[in-house]
Amino acid sequence: MEEVRLMKGNEAIAHAAIRYGCDGYFGYPITPQSEVLETLEALMPWDTTGMVVLQAESEVAAINMVYGGAATGKAVMTSSSSPGVSLKQEGISYIAASSLPALILNVMRGGPGLGTIQPSQADYFQAVKGGGHGDYHLIVLAPSTVQEMADFVGLGFDLAFKYCNPAMILADGIVGQMMEKVVLPEQRPRRTDAEIREQCPWAVTGREGRRKRNVVTSLELESDKMEVINHKLQEKYREIEANETRWEEIGTEDADWLIVSFGSVARISTKAKELAEEEGLKVGVLRPITLWPFPSEAIRKAADGKKGILVVELNAGQMVEDVRLAVHDALPVKHFGRMGGIIPSPSEIVNALKGMVND
Amino acid sequence: MKTEIIAAGFGGQGVLSMGKILAYSGLMDDKEVTWMPSYGPEQRGGTANVTVILSDERISSPVLDTYDIVIALNQQSLDKFAPRVKAGGVLIYDTNGIHKHPTRDDITVYPIDAMDAALELGNTKAYNMIVMGALLEAMEYKLPMENVVKGLKKSLPERHHKLIPLNQQAIEKGRTLLKK
Repeated sequence: MEEVRLMKGNEAIAHAAIRYGCDGYFGYPITPQSEVLETLEALMPWDTTGMVVLQAESEVAAINMVYGGAATGKAVMTSSSSPGVSLKQEGISYIAASSLPALILNVMRGGPGLGTIQPSQADYFQAVKGGGHGDYHLIVLAPSTVQEMADFVGLGFDLAFKYCNPAMILADGIVGQMMEKVVLPEQRPRRTDAEIREQCPWAVTGREGRRKRNVVTSLELESDKMEVINHKLQEKYREIEANETRWEEIGTEDADWLIVSFGSVARISTKAKELAEEEGLKVGVLRPITLWPFPSEAIRKAADGKKGILVVELNAGQMVEDVRLAVHDALPVKHFGRMGGIIPSPSEIVNALKGMVND
Repeated sequence: MKTEIIAAGFGGQGVLSMGKILAYSGLMDDKEVTWMPSYGPEQRGGTANVTVILSDERISSPVLDTYDIVIALNQQSLDKFAPRVKAGGVLIYDTNGIHKHPTRDDITVYPIDAMDAALELGNTKAYNMIVMGALLEAMEYKLPMENVVKGLKKSLPERHHKLIPLNQQAIEKGRTLLKK
């Protein structure tokens, strides 16, 4: 049994990356996620697993190093916070277009612009609706505990390789900065070159006279061929939607009201549920774990027979649009959010819920 | 058992590291723990605070409205968090520089002079461990001292382990400061 440790979410990401057998991390510091790079530098995995850790000259350089590493079939990742993730969007679109596996961590802070360094969830649209240009999707995982920060590194990489698609861990300043108990995954060896050649036949690993050359590109000037690529991507997205949707439900069955929240806010909503119950309101919480693919069907089912849904987010109302699409206006759906790095307290959420009940 | 604590003071007074030692001590005592800091520039001055939750069960929200115990080490923190002690809860505050004292009568209030105690001990850096002693004494949940020592070992880098006896001394001294 692995030792139980106490660490920050950002530190857990670094430990989990090494233990997954990650081949390379490329990043640039920005609050509130600088501990990822700092922890990796302190752990010096290049001496143990051979993992490369590189502080690039910019976020743009880092994501393009990830693009290059991914093209060779290596398990590579980057991390940043909101303004830095905006800079990476061009590279992310290219990686998605080239159908390459990669892991990107966004520990969100308040925006727009340089905004604030305090927690936020205002990059939901950017993460699930594209962010970069073109028709593409990232697999987006939203951790709510430090344990999930550690676990989603492995899950993110596994899904990225299974579907040859970039995955994103969409965290926030709360889960990045807070310390909790965590059990780290067991150390796995990095894959050998032979394993990479076997598992990733598309990778550019050098021909050595064995086969036709592999080409990794996002460019296709002939529209007929480009549309075929688009259709292939869309087929892949439908397959991911069918197989990889994840969510958690807390007391949704015998509730009258439903709160939908993701990430650390889902935990504040769970506390609000407990407080609301003391006042006689029956409330359930549904927490999407994958933000894309979005658990629309689960929300539709959980909403059945409910009086209304309150969507609580650290933004002006983003995921609430997907919740509305899921339930087709079959019941009232309202949004409650704080912005600018302000975190709502459990009682603020209870008050928002009461406002909805009394409407 | 569930204890919800917030400690607030000036950046540099050591509230974040005190919270970390408390969280590690709870971990050593087999509790669920959450440690949530205010982060950013306040660590270099201004007001810093840390929430620590120790519980037998899974902890839901790291963000709270009210606390079982509030530790306030400056006026700003006292003004902000004294109203947020649960009825029947505990407020510990350092009297240095305080001109507006708390007036609530539905909570237990412990004014302490932790800097004076640290000076008596001959090491002002032990200030936060004096405060931690007062906190441990005020807590309904009695954290065994052996687990606090284990917590100190876990949270301090090895090169500072020689300071553990001093920290223990400071904690013991802090325990004696509680007078209503």
